[in-house]
Amino acid sequence: MNKLSIITKGIIKENPIFVLVLGMCPTLGTTTSAFNGLGMGLATTFVLMLSNLVISLIAGLIPAKVRIPSFIVVIAVFVTVVQLIMQAYVPALYETLGLFIPLIVVNCIVLGRAEAFASKNRPLDSFLDGVGAGIGFTLGLTVLGAVRELLGSGAFFGWKILPGDAMLVFILAPGAFIALGYLMVLFNKIKKA
Amino acid sequence: MARESNFRNMFLCLLIICLGGSALLGGVYLMTYQPIADAQATKVNQALAGVLPEFDNIPAEEAYQIQMDGRAVTIYPATKAGVFAGVAVEAVTTKGFGGPITLMVGFKADGTIYNTAVISHSETPGLGDKMDPKKSDFSQQFKGKNPKTFKLAVKKDGGQVDAITAATISSRAFCDALDLAYRAFTQAAQKGGDQ
Repeated sequence: MNKLSIITKGIIKENPIFVLVLGMCPTLGTTTSAFNGLGMGLATTFVLMLSNLVISLIAGLIPAKVRIPSFIVVIAVFVTVVQLIMQAYVPALYETLGLFIPLIVVNCIVLGRAEAFASKNRPLDSFLDGVGAGIGFTLGLTVLGAVRELLGSGAFFGWKILPGDAMLVFILAPGAFIALGYLMVLFNKIKKA
Repeated sequence: MARESNFRNMFLCLLIICLGGSALLGGVYLMTYQPIADAQATKVNQALAGVLPEFDNIPAEEAYQIQMDGRAVTIYPATKAGVFAGVAVEAVTTKGFGGPITLMVGFKADGTIYNTAVISHSETPGLGDKMDPKKSDFSQQFKGKNPKTFKLAVKKDGGQVDAITAATISSRAFCDALDLAYRAFTQAAQKGGDQ
């Protein structure tokens, strides 16, 4: 498999949100605005890249039976690193995403890539796989966030573009499901074409 | 591919990974400890400067905690040229829609609310988060009101507060925190007046 296709498959063919439908908890919870979606996506991407790289390096040394606990520890370490760094240098973003950052540990997409790809492939390929899946995840979150923000509060990345109160339901949980459903349909329609 | 598992290598493998992980985390913690503390202190100081009438002491250094009905409240006394100028009260309510809400409420010496600031909340974006002064003027209505005569409850509950549209629970929680802060203020004011 060539390097570029490792990255692009995470974005389109195996998009974590629209195709694999993994990591739905942060997806639905954090995408109340495009900026929050982007922030969550980037944090997850960072964890994905580093955990994939490290897991691929150490996978050969880990006994099969303690594989999953080892992966989880590695992932949890990187998540905590992200959390501390965010808290220190971007406190505003940490306030909105704080609750969801520790949940990256149990995000299926991170453990999923570790188990399905990183533990069986070489470090560089695994790192690129993390980049691809991360970009795909970030893209999905940002688009979903943008749609919900536009319909729900009439703004785009915090810029108010529609006057008055918009359809508040899109900011709340039901709107998240509705928006996600239609985006999934759209994405898969385009992908097939 | 993965090696054969036996007790010794499983034990060693997890031990090494955990030790390595904790070493890395320890390092990052040491690196970020100061910036995190600074960021939090800046936030508190900004909130204090925003909610208190003029003062020339450092309220954060004189802060103390008291218990009100089993809820911890932090008091930041402010003085101007040694005279009691007012008090900022940090109060938490658990009655929010999305979780606890922490408010900083500044009182003038006579008990009038000078200003309020939201320290943290997890109310619904677009609805309850309008309690944030940046998002709507809901919190402005408390400025200059004295809870002695101004009933801190939403109009629906027989009070005088205009609730945020479609966010009555958040508005009630806001009033609850204000009320707690006011009761803490009356206690602190007695103490401050004695000094």
